[in-house]
Amino acid sequence: MLRARILENKLSSLYKAGKIVGGVYLGKGQEAVSAALGASLIQGKDCYAPLIRDQAGRTAFGESLLDCTRTYLGSVEGPMKGRDGNIHRGRPEMGMPAMISHLGAQVPLIAGMLFAKRLKGTLEGCVGATSVGDGATSTGAFHEGLNMAAVEKLPMVVVVANNQFAYSTPNNRQFACADLVERAAGYGIGGFSVDGTDLLSCASVIGEAVRKARAGGGPQMVVAHLLRLGGHGEHDDGSYVPDTAKQDHYGRDCIDVAIQQLVESGTATMAEIEAWQAETSEEVQRAVAQAQQEPVPDPYREDWSALSTRFPLSAP
Amino acid sequence: MSGVTYIDAIREAQETLLREDPRVFLYGQDISSFGGAFKATKGLAEAFPNRVFDSPISEDAMIGMAVGAAIEGMRPIIEMQFADFSSIAFNQIVNQAATHFYRTGMPIPITVRLPSGGTPGSGPFHSQSMEGIYAQYPGLVVVTPATVSDAYHMLVDSVKLDDPVIYCEHKFLYRWLKAKSIKGDGLPIGQARIARPGKHATVVTYSAMVHEAVRAADRLQADGWEIEVVDLRSVKPLDLDTVLASVARTGRLLAVGEAFPWGGVTAEIVAKVTEEGFHLLDAPPQRLNARDTPVPYHPKLWAAHRPTPESICDALRKLLSF
Repeated sequence: MLRARILENKLSSLYKAGKIVGGVYLGKGQEAVSAALGASLIQGKDCYAPLIRDQAGRTAFGESLLDCTRTYLGSVEGPMKGRDGNIHRGRPEMGMPAMISHLGAQVPLIAGMLFAKRLKGTLEGCVGATSVGDGATSTGAFHEGLNMAAVEKLPMVVVVANNQFAYSTPNNRQFACADLVERAAGYGIGGFSVDGTDLLSCASVIGEAVRKARAGGGPQMVVAHLLRLGGHGEHDDGSYVPDTAKQDHYGRDCIDVAIQQLVESGTATMAEIEAWQAETSEEVQRAVAQAQQEPVPDPYREDWSALSTRFPLSAP
Repeated sequence: MSGVTYIDAIREAQETLLREDPRVFLYGQDISSFGGAFKATKGLAEAFPNRVFDSPISEDAMIGMAVGAAIEGMRPIIEMQFADFSSIAFNQIVNQAATHFYRTGMPIPITVRLPSGGTPGSGPFHSQSMEGIYAQYPGLVVVTPATVSDAYHMLVDSVKLDDPVIYCEHKFLYRWLKAKSIKGDGLPIGQARIARPGKHATVVTYSAMVHEAVRAADRLQADGWEIEVVDLRSVKPLDLDTVLASVARTGRLLAVGEAFPWGGVTAEIVAKVTEEGFHLLDAPPQRLNARDTPVPYHPKLWAAHRPTPESICDALRKLLSF
């Protein structure tokens, strides 16, 4: 999560310096939730559809820093080759599909990946996971996908990061239940609620949800409570977020909480953490520099085909 | 076999695919032991255990699920109960499935069966023709079989393609259209067929309208007109070569479709022929589509909403009078 924060701070600077075209969407304040999910999954076995604020989860799942910097900077060496940008990236062949902007859409997609594994006989011990925000819980796709996964009893974990704002829309204009986790009962699936600013709680609760799904307990929904510590994207100053929310318990920064937890438990010293930060900053710098030196797409060499099939076909 | 209907051919194609390719499975509403609203999957759940599944009434999730399964190497065939309901799945079709190859380099081999087009009494929400809407989006193949043989072979070929295919099967043809066998003429997807040769005018059409156009051409034969009918078979890709070759022979073009009149397949045909074959035309190219209202319920209104042999004859007479 520290790596994600350092990387995203760099992305923010690049955006403000005009070096990134298009949007920059950060996971500031959501790293504990995202990293806890990514770290509970096994790359090469599980599948994971990250969303807009999941740099920490991507990194924990095994995405390289270069996949991120290349996509943001439009390098042709990146997984999207400049055809898509920013957080709309993935490596579906490695179990990490590339998100589309339409919220909730990845919920049935992950269900389908798991359904296929069942048909192929490779589902045993696997988990599929995706994250959404509070806004996505209002979509039809979210409902349809969760219900379908429940009907099929698929080992799916959906983590809802309730960061209190969908772009600028507050929770009270988004849903009317007291806690989104109440919906889990309606789907007939497991439900967990967790303090999303607390890394240890996130690791424990999300870890438990993943274990339950992996052990055959069917879909699990985790609702994490937190606050988005920034705008919707770097173009947005988030001035509509009231000070009361920022001063609230959930307004605290999960990175500060995590550092304190590491130091107090004796897992790491402050000096070690500072050394990681310095080392990671170097790594991020190198990943940015490399992506910046690489070629951007050339419209004259672009293969302007949206189909893999090349028509006309000869007779079958 | 004493005769094969269009719906038999669709069922048999799915049986062949399930038998020959372990990656194929069927997913849709009421398609398992019930056999589907139109019985296109009758008996398949019993013949292929754990390959034919009932879905919840969740068109969006059905296609999202299919894309996920395709990422994992499967070749799902999704039955939309009616083409009209694919509007609920529109996002997953055009944004998830259709963009995937271009964005990630991984193709999505799903086939979405759309029971399309009008039948008497079906009304606004069980009658739509969606081919033009899907053809507008990059990343989809859109096929519109008009014959029993094409219903079979184009479904088999669709599932073999690595890209997402929108397979528009016409409900009006399901039971009355019969052939001696499913023996095909070996045309690949993307190639049109001359359904009826002629020399005075070309009707370019597809799906159920092929039969209405052939009927119209038969009537005009009595007046000495020889009308050529081109069956596009797939609207995307569009076989412009066959269309232009026909227009070169006849000098006159009428494009007929059952979809709504604003834009769409017939507009695309006229635009392409005008762009690339303007010098071949002896008369302004014409279009004939359904009317610009929802598809009406009452058979009398419905019959006047869609193109018919009578309205096609009228349009052809106008075209021939220039």
